[in-house]
Amino acid sequence: MISNLAWIFFSTLLINNFTLAMFLGLCPFFGVTRSVDTGWRLGAANTFVLVITSISAWALNTYVLVSAPYLRTIAFIVVIASMVQIVEMVIKKTLPTLFRELGIYLPLITTNCAILGLALFQTTRKYTLLEGIVFAIGAGLGLTLALSLMASIRERMDVADVPALARRMGLVMIIASCLSMAFMGFAGMGSG
Amino acid sequence: MTAIHVDAAPDATEPIVPGAPPPQPLWLDFWRGIAEDNPVMIQMLGLCPSMAVSNSLENGIGMSAAVIFVLVCSSLLVSLLRKVIPGEVRLASYILIIATFVTISDLVMQAYFPALSKTLGPFVPLIVVNCIILGRAEAFAGKVKPVRAVADAFGMGVGFTLALCTIAAFREVVGNGTLLNHPLFGPNYEPWNFMIMPPGGFLTMGLMFLVMGWWGERQKSKRAEVTP
Repeated sequence: MISNLAWIFFSTLLINNFTLAMFLGLCPFFGVTRSVDTGWRLGAANTFVLVITSISAWALNTYVLVSAPYLRTIAFIVVIASMVQIVEMVIKKTLPTLFRELGIYLPLITTNCAILGLALFQTTRKYTLLEGIVFAIGAGLGLTLALSLMASIRERMDVADVPALARRMGLVMIIASCLSMAFMGFAGMGSG
Repeated sequence: MTAIHVDAAPDATEPIVPGAPPPQPLWLDFWRGIAEDNPVMIQMLGLCPSMAVSNSLENGIGMSAAVIFVLVCSSLLVSLLRKVIPGEVRLASYILIIATFVTISDLVMQAYFPALSKTLGPFVPLIVVNCIILGRAEAFAGKVKPVRAVADAFGMGVGFTLALCTIAAFREVVGNGTLLNHPLFGPNYEPWNFMIMPPGGFLTMGLMFLVMGWWGERQKSKRAEVTP
């Protein structure tokens, strides 16, 4: 039981990292990784939404979609969007400081493919509630890790002497490739 | 993304919608998505599918077909319903429309191309959150007549297809030595497996941006030489 959960956690965190190995959630990865601080915040908001998503996807799969599996995509996206909205209102009311910290990222995350991707993977792998939550935390921390790594490299890059034609996206992509290559090294853990 | 033309020229038949794109010939609506506003290469939208399913040309073509279908159908429907949908709930309505067409294409793919559907896996349902489609609905289709919306959606779809298939063909040829599963280089070719794995996707994309940046710089310096 525990080893199974640990396996799910570490495999999502490192081996099958959502951003670097499965190409989910690339928009924030390339869009808002200009400073480490933003990277952390976005990662935290993401982890939070992922856990909510995991719970709601589990509830939908167990109680609602049993007789109508073809409505899965539509049901997931609607429920996730409204759950995020509700949570946003609750946080705004009860924890205004946290709300200000997360800011615009919370609503934006709804349309991040990592969120829907998590719900879909959880369904195809038939995770239980607990496994789903561990999966979500692993995925969220994995995103945070990728975001903060990328952000710290880009912060250094700002003061480096980069050739003009690589100054925009080209170099960022190649850095991502190197990071992804480094994470591929963890794949050996899977067979061991 | 082009600049938002708020001061669009008044159209006699159409009431001016704030932020609507200015009227222009239909082929320009179509062409923009392929060249100057290419969704992947210029706007950098829809990067997730372009890298995740671009490890073989077959996957690339399957994904592109699904995206064109969803993009054209949802743009048409959004444009037809643009006067019915209230402004406050438009994004939610757009997402519902898109999700409907994505479900249709997912089911069709499962029924007729089961092998392809299995390799693409969750990336077909993930078309729902592909920013290209929602972006076009919000920036274009919700503000213009259906004909223009379809022309624009088709252009964006073709632009996406071109970018995705270029990346996919390159990765398959280099990484596997095949094109559409036909061996190209004979039995002695040692496939560069790295290219069909995730880092290869980022690398291909990076190389493509570098080549485009180099080409853009060259054009600029050429133009500077002609008109000093």
